[in-house]
Amino acid sequence: MRRTVLKVVAASAVLTLASACGNSGPGTGSGAAGADVQVWALEDAAVNPIATRSIADFNAGTGDNVKLVTYVNDAYKQKLQVAMGSPQAPDVFFNWGGGNLKQFVDAKQVEPLDDLLAKNPGLTDKFLPSVMDVGKVGGKQYGLPMIGVLPVVLFINKDVFAKAGVQPPTTYAELLNLIDVFKSKGITPIALAGSQGWTELMWLEYLLDRIGGVDKFKAIVDGRDGAWTDPAVVKSLGEIQNLVKRGAFGSNYASVNYDNQGASKLFATGKAAMHLMGTWDYSVQKDANPKFITDGKLGYVGFPAYEGGAGDPKAVVGNPSNYYSINAGSKNKAVATDFLAKSLTSDAYINGLIEAGQVPPVKGIEATLKAKPNSEFTTFTYDLVAGAPSFTQSWDQALSPSVSAELLTNLQKLFINKITPDEFAGNMAKVK
Amino acid sequence: MIAAARRERPGFTWAAPAVLFFLALGILPVFAVVYLSFTKWNGLGDPQWIGLDNWKSITDDPDLVNGIVKTVTLTVVSWLLQTPLALLIGVWAAGPQRGRAALSTLFFLPLLLSTAAISLTFVSLLDPNFGLAADYGKYVGFADGNFLGSDHALYVVAFVVAWQFVPFHTLLYQSATRQIPRSLYEAAQIDGATGVRQFFAITLPQLRNTIIASSVLMLVGSLTYFEMILLMTNGGPGTATRVLPLHMYIKGFVGFDMGYASVLAVLLVAVGTALSVVVVRSTGYHRMASDREGA
Repeated sequence: MRRTVLKVVAASAVLTLASACGNSGPGTGSGAAGADVQVWALEDAAVNPIATRSIADFNAGTGDNVKLVTYVNDAYKQKLQVAMGSPQAPDVFFNWGGGNLKQFVDAKQVEPLDDLLAKNPGLTDKFLPSVMDVGKVGGKQYGLPMIGVLPVVLFINKDVFAKAGVQPPTTYAELLNLIDVFKSKGITPIALAGSQGWTELMWLEYLLDRIGGVDKFKAIVDGRDGAWTDPAVVKSLGEIQNLVKRGAFGSNYASVNYDNQGASKLFATGKAAMHLMGTWDYSVQKDANPKFITDGKLGYVGFPAYEGGAGDPKAVVGNPSNYYSINAGSKNKAVATDFLAKSLTSDAYINGLIEAGQVPPVKGIEATLKAKPNSEFTTFTYDLVAGAPSFTQSWDQALSPSVSAELLTNLQKLFINKITPDEFAGNMAKVK
Repeated sequence: MIAAARRERPGFTWAAPAVLFFLALGILPVFAVVYLSFTKWNGLGDPQWIGLDNWKSITDDPDLVNGIVKTVTLTVVSWLLQTPLALLIGVWAAGPQRGRAALSTLFFLPLLLSTAAISLTFVSLLDPNFGLAADYGKYVGFADGNFLGSDHALYVVAFVVAWQFVPFHTLLYQSATRQIPRSLYEAAQIDGATGVRQFFAITLPQLRNTIIASSVLMLVGSLTYFEMILLMTNGGPGTATRVLPLHMYIKGFVGFDMGYASVLAVLLVAVGTALSVVVVRSTGYHRMASDREGA
């Protein structure tokens, strides 16, 4: 693997020499003026056709030649990491905002978008502020949201709840009580795909947000001394171990895998009562267990309030959006900024996203959402995000890659009681 | 290599293409990695030279010690599990019994499957709520089907590794057993040796070099072995199955700490080379000593 990087570097160097005349991809139409402007994004069967359409509209309107190049998820991060700063770099690139975007900004490879926003005042007003914030680094806007919001919500199996004669939790105390109720009935209270650290991370994200408020995680992102060992962090970690001890996740959660639907199926079949997961799980259930949704058994609520916690119970965590940013080394910055300004908030693009079942982070789309399928769920998601005072980005994307790798390892150890909250905090404080 | 031998034997020129390939794709990257191990590089921009910092940080990496322990455990368990199995099946498959061909074909099936397919299949089979683990876990001491998430996850992985690789080693033993001259067995039969006696007195000694070759492959293979673990447990739960190659991968391609990952890579290259040299030297394998009469 390590050789691959070097080989890719070598290969791209060779390619640069070989393609001095510029490489035009297949099927370039004639009549387009100017050079190719490359937009890099992820393979996404639902979104790519919409993006392609909006790019075609843009090209037709301006005579530019913008092109979409897509990659599969896992290869993309590595590919981008290697290409940035080389002549093979894209003009506009997809990223996850937050820490992922910050490392490119730190390497001076991203163009600030403040001029663009100043020239197009309508743009800032259009996007939901909590989602725009994640495209900022050091107070400057470097990325614009280009896809729907994916907050983490607490999914409820209404069937199981009705049979037990209980209501969805609104406070943490109610949640703890529910755990005992379901446990006594032989049902796993909460489905958890514990073989993967990122599913466990959602619990820490919400608990710290509710117990300590948003600033506690901001301190961690900023790398402040003592941020990891803050009492609120240690308390949240303690709550996680209390949940495990209480049997909230059953006993075999560490073997459950999300990717083969181990947790989603457990929840849909009624073997588990609740599931804390990103809103993408709705699509997973729709594909794998359509009856579960059509029978009206799938419920959803925001994460419960924590009594005496400093956080706002309306705050959400998850993936605010993905972002388009402009490569600082691009030769086509004018076209690239024009493209972002014109296409991301165009009616065709926004409606296309809604058609595909997404919830775009733009204001004033309530009526459109209501007129489309799954309106109950998309409206719930939209209201949750629009009413949120803050939208904390998933930690593994907000933090630098080396810190998140360590975070997920320690979290797994915490969930199987291999380390104490204090050891966890100590381990994380040591990571650079 | 000597001039006189030129006419009967191909000279060095014959090997040149292979040597060039090996230099470009084998040796050169090793030097590049040694260079990278003295730098700080996250894959963006240019590597910065930081001298011995990466090498010094070895001492405060608890996962390194853990990785070495897990790698050695996996290697030893794999060898103990695979060698006897492969040897016995291989010797049996070399014999003349009826139905042998059909059964051998079945045994070799795992050889045809890709590691990724095997791993994902086993993850589903071992799902504690919906897989075979849910139904049969209780008979092997895993009442709740918690195989991959337990402290014994490494042994579960070793079992799946064995499932995949026993057929390959069986193939080695099968072909080697067929090379043993019949005359040895005929002589033993005249002396009145039983089948078991023949196995220990003839087959096993004759397979000595094959056992060494197969063991070298297993030892060196286990040092680079990580894709199945990556797909099955990703090193978890916690670091229970984080072997050294996987630790290197996570440091390099998840954490993008290429400098430290290169240190681990250099260590792996060194250990791998040393290990094969030790095995080959200590067993006299390098002399390619033949046990055949008249050879």
